[in-house]
Amino acid sequence: MTTTDSTPLVVPDFGDEATEGRKLAIICSKGNLDMAYPGLILANAALGEGVETHLFFTFWGFDMITKSRMHDLKFTMLGNTATHMPQGLGGLPGMTAMATHQMKKQIHDIGVPDVPEFLEQIVASGGHLWACRMSADMMHLDESDLYEDVEGIISAADFIEKTEGAQLLFI
Amino acid sequence: MTVVTVADTQIHVDAEGFLTEYGEWTEELAVQLAERIGIQLTDEHWKAIQFLRADFPSHGETATLRRVSTLAGIPIKQLFVLFPGKPAKKMAYVAGLPKPRGCV
Repeated sequence: MTTTDSTPLVVPDFGDEATEGRKLAIICSKGNLDMAYPGLILANAALGEGVETHLFFTFWGFDMITKSRMHDLKFTMLGNTATHMPQGLGGLPGMTAMATHQMKKQIHDIGVPDVPEFLEQIVASGGHLWACRMSADMMHLDESDLYEDVEGIISAADFIEKTEGAQLLFI
Repeated sequence: MTVVTVADTQIHVDAEGFLTEYGEWTEELAVQLAERIGIQLTDEHWKAIQFLRADFPSHGETATLRRVSTLAGIPIKQLFVLFPGKPAKKMAYVAGLPKPRGCV
């Protein structure tokens, strides 16, 4: 190497050893468009930092991985005071569709993928997707109804076992 | 900010070691920087690095993994193989750019 350092060269610490063995478990329990994203964004960020990441989809979160619904998650103003709009407005016909359209556009405009494509990116980055057994039974769904990269339908106990030692997020 | 000499070139780096001056980067330097983080650059690495370099001035910030993947056409999976562990940060380092600030 032809290096002659005047000051010792600092090499960034990418913390490869520190992240070794670090795990993150994210439980996605919501099926609203706006509540699908926090889990996806955090999973993607964790994977980019070299953290082993598992997502568990349960109850309404099942919509995020159900083929017939994952393209069509919705956002509603109802019950969400953070829109700062009169609540009555949210109940008018067509308002949910309009709010959903608007939010999808905002997400798209900043270069963030839609839910199915985001899942694809998470899987490509090494993330693991798991479906909740009880939700599948309740909704009479099986593997054929779910996004193909879901690794399996497992019980809550199985998920707890798989994510031993993980940090956990419930969304 | 610190001035260091790598491969007979003086460069400015921040506290973590990332280059702070876009114009101080050279391909020879990239080879040296990559070596320091245990990466031997191949044609595939270069494709990503050259995209990052070309994209930075117009985009105004370092491309995220998603941007590299969609615009340079390198699958995300492959970026994790080329720059293991923390691909976005490692690519930025070798390309002499700041760490990406985008979330996705």
